Amino acid sequence: MFIINCPFCGEREQSEFKAGGEAHIIRPKQPTELSDDEWAEYLFMRKNIKGVQFERWNHAHGCRKWFNVVRDTSNDEIKAIYKMGEKPPVE
Amino acid sequence: MIKNLRVKTGKAIDETYRISFKFNGNAYYGFKGDTLSSALLANDVHLVGRSFKYHRPRGIMTAGSEEPNAIVQLHDKSSRTEPNVRATEIEIYEGLEASSQNCWPSVKFDIGGINNFLSPLLPAGFYYKTFMWPSSFWEKYEYFIRKSAGLGKSPTEPDPDVYEHRYIHCDVLVIGSGISGIMAAKTAAKNGFKTLLVDEKPNLGGSTIYQNSDYFKINNQNSCSWLEKEINEIKKLTNLEIKIRTSVAAYHGYNFLLARENLTDHLPVEQRKDKTRHKLLKIRAKKVISATGSIERPMIFDNNDRPGILLSSAIKKYADFFGVACGEKNVLFTNNDSAYETAITLIQKGIDIEAIVDNREEIDSKLLYEVEKNNIKIFKGYTVTDTFGYKRINKISIKKLSKDGQKVVGSKISLSCDCLGVSGGWTPAVHLFTQSGGKLKFREDDQVFIPNTYPSDQLSIGSCAGDFTLDEILINTPKSLKEFFNIKNTEYDNLEVISSTNKSKRNIWLLPSDKVLGKTKSFVDYQNDSTAKDIKLALREGFRSIEHVKRYTTTGMGTDQGKLGNMHALGIISETAGAKMGELGTTTFRPPYTPLTFGTIVGRNVGEYFDIFRKTPIHNWHEENKAEFENVGQWKRAWYYPKENENMHQAVQRESKAARESAGILDASTLGKIDIQGTDASEFLNRVYTNAWSKLAIGKCRYGLMLNEDGMVYDDGVTTRLGENHYIMTTTTGGAANVMGKLEDYLQTEWPELDVYLTSVTDHYATVSVCGPNSKKIISEVIPDLDFSDENFPHMSFKNAKIGKINCRVMRISFTGEQSYEINIQANYGKSVWEKCMEAGKDYNITPYGTETMHLLRAEKGFIIVGQDTDATMTPIDLQMDWIVSKKKYDFIGKRSLYRSDTIRKDRKQLIGLLTEDPNEVLEEGAQIVADVNKSPIEMLGHITSSYYSPNLKKSIALGVVRGGKNMMGQKLIIPMEKKNINVTVADPVFLDKENKRLNAKL
Repeated sequence: MFIINCPFCGEREQSEFKAGGEAHIIRPKQPTELSDDEWAEYLFMRKNIKGVQFERWNHAHGCRKWFNVVRDTSNDEIKAIYKMGEKPPVE
Repeated sequence: MIKNLRVKTGKAIDETYRISFKFNGNAYYGFKGDTLSSALLANDVHLVGRSFKYHRPRGIMTAGSEEPNAIVQLHDKSSRTEPNVRATEIEIYEGLEASSQNCWPSVKFDIGGINNFLSPLLPAGFYYKTFMWPSSFWEKYEYFIRKSAGLGKSPTEPDPDVYEHRYIHCDVLVIGSGISGIMAAKTAAKNGFKTLLVDEKPNLGGSTIYQNSDYFKINNQNSCSWLEKEINEIKKLTNLEIKIRTSVAAYHGYNFLLARENLTDHLPVEQRKDKTRHKLLKIRAKKVISATGSIERPMIFDNNDRPGILLSSAIKKYADFFGVACGEKNVLFTNNDSAYETAITLIQKGIDIEAIVDNREEIDSKLLYEVEKNNIKIFKGYTVTDTFGYKRINKISIKKLSKDGQKVVGSKISLSCDCLGVSGGWTPAVHLFTQSGGKLKFREDDQVFIPNTYPSDQLSIGSCAGDFTLDEILINTPKSLKEFFNIKNTEYDNLEVISSTNKSKRNIWLLPSDKVLGKTKSFVDYQNDSTAKDIKLALREGFRSIEHVKRYTTTGMGTDQGKLGNMHALGIISETAGAKMGELGTTTFRPPYTPLTFGTIVGRNVGEYFDIFRKTPIHNWHEENKAEFENVGQWKRAWYYPKENENMHQAVQRESKAARESAGILDASTLGKIDIQGTDASEFLNRVYTNAWSKLAIGKCRYGLMLNEDGMVYDDGVTTRLGENHYIMTTTTGGAANVMGKLEDYLQTEWPELDVYLTSVTDHYATVSVCGPNSKKIISEVIPDLDFSDENFPHMSFKNAKIGKINCRVMRISFTGEQSYEINIQANYGKSVWEKCMEAGKDYNITPYGTETMHLLRAEKGFIIVGQDTDATMTPIDLQMDWIVSKKKYDFIGKRSLYRSDTIRKDRKQLIGLLTEDPNEVLEEGAQIVADVNKSPIEMLGHITSSYYSPNLKKSIALGVVRGGKNMMGQKLIIPMEKKNINVTVADPVFLDKENKRLNAKL
């Protein structure tokens, strides 16, 4: 169980949060203009990296805010946390 | 005649306090401070159990939590009975009763012992090899395997004890209170850290606390006296919490640890009443110091498992700490200096030592010289080749080792003995360190794995870090602590130390024998009976990975997780396969370090607290009126209200008829309610629902269907426009929290530009729904000031109203197909409004109905229930609900997915109605739907999702999903059941009042 530093509430136990999958997958603005393959790419394709991964997390049992986490999935080390809409830190 | 093997007072023992206990039905006594094992040994009881596979007699081997053999069943006649308890850890108390496991009829005569003689037929992988063929026989084999598997017996009655969980946050957690742990805890606390010190034992001080010899001195005091003073000092520190009998079970990432604090197991049973038995401590520590010590290694030689063979360090502890001689004729067998520490203790206590057998040839050791002074014969360069004595060791054979240690040479010497102490050196207890994600390195000098890299803010010190001798510990511990705490000095920087241990060791993983390996029983894992032979067999059969060898031979898979023998297994694999130990690595250490009872894990979450549940404000009324309840999500919902002797079917038939013929009343408070406000609220609804919302007039209600982005139906419900920028959305009962989460997700991440605010108000309102042709009359009586005429208050509209002085919202919406009104009122008035409706409806036979009737009534109308008629593979088109999917809207969640190649397939499963040939035949929900039963294999077309007997239509009705069902209207299909095939016809899913006349019906 790791600790997440919610950008709105501060450090809290992981059990208060809900993971929301890969970050920075933007919903297409004109879905109707996409081919089946392009839409499927948005809909289904997600990375599952052993190593540093950009993820969405939600403080579900707290402020309910969504934010982004950069986490090393091999050891759960959190490299960075930033709000929605903010630019991801460059490695 | 029971012998008494007490020697001069043991440190832990209070000889003025006698305690009687029973083992295998025999009465014994011990003293306060004894463990079950020390008390048994004092009574000359070594044989305590039988091994798992061969049922070989086994004795107490250790004095700690690493014990593989002495695991017993406690209190087998009570609901407190507990299997697999280590006798070495139980402190005796008045009335303790324990018995041996895995033996029948008794530990002294065990029928299963025949397996020992059959052992050539029971090689590694025996079960895998034997019971594979023919596969159809597995069920028969399993019956017998299950019967013989397992060690103790689990209790069959509910656990009468109370368990608790506690969170602890501290700056520094120190695990283990041996000499290095005490030094660490004191240093931490004195430097201002809020510190927690835990130890699994009932006392502090580890093994140093009974190291009372002139050969081990600190600042000119015997090391035990020095440590005792330190312990007295730390007990006075205010920012140090000390917990004994507390075993750390798990060490997770980010310094999160679980520990079990044992509070009552050492008390007589009658004193445990009203006390918490165990506490599960959930510890979050900023810094963790592991001072978990080390475990002495046994030696691997033929018949190394007989009762009377103990670890040399255990013999020392029993003598020094408990005042117990493990035998009257002791032989020690060693490859290092530790056994001489034991020898010196035995000499001090006047316990006879026959001889010491040492693998090493040339040994320059002060301890050894002291032993030699006492005329004890030391066989240097020798090894034990065999042992004798079935239920207790009585003789050993020894032989000279060849130069390379691979063979035995010369002639055999026999030594008689009743106790053999073995010491194969020490293995650092790195279990918790590796659980935390720490990586080990292999130290070739003495063949040990020690901590290398730390994954979190933590430190290993003392013998778990590979410092085995007193001088190493006292030099390295302060050094490590200074670096770890970033402090300039500790009070231990200039200690004067006398430590007499010679560090040489002659490590031979598998000792040679004069027999061929196949004829030996050299146990590596005592509890699971796996031998060196088994491991070599696994390697011959092609297993290479340590993890595979472990599972094939079951080495290290007992309740002790192979704390004693795992290193030898690795060593044997390394030697046989020619691989380096460091490269082989260890098997994965998994929590818990020692077993936990289920009670500890569950804590207070038992019985009605097992899973929390939610009650509506009207719950008590339902209870008073004998409702049966069903669980919907976390809610308890009234299911049906049986009258007198009615069964569920009869009650539901009555309730359903009443609702259609006059009036029914339903508690709909559990439906999710989300308050939506903001200037973009309409736009938001446009995006999340499939249909259009912009033009919904204020005061009107609309049914909406919500999809996932993949086009599948996610939730549904009615949303009402309360004002220009104000809506109230209802969701399904079970989906409320998820819908709220999903909407928040889109608002915060995809459409942050929208001015919309969501608030969950599910708990704030109680909802009373009155339906049926007489509903208007009833509701008008409850709210006399409101004009209920169809002109003023048509179907799918809402009015603000007052009941007395209390504001409420009334929606005219219907899930039953009847004219229907829903009163939403502040939750705490829910019950009184419900009662008012009941009162007003008395003359109309108003009938409370539960979820089952609600389901039946909506099925008559062909209304779906998300989650019952859908299963995350159904699009609105599959549900024949094309009408609700806006063609005009540019986008909404899931729109694009509705014309993917897969979602436009003609042969998708589609919702249809089904009528049975025999109107009284009610189909089974979940039953398969087929067209042709003669073809093999039978092609499955779909399944039934909802099925009822409709009292209003006087026939059986069902909803189902069938491949290409949309175009099968009127077609005959078959429901194949176990005993018969049922003929059905595909029908319109709307069975009743297709024209919706009843919504406005007047009586």
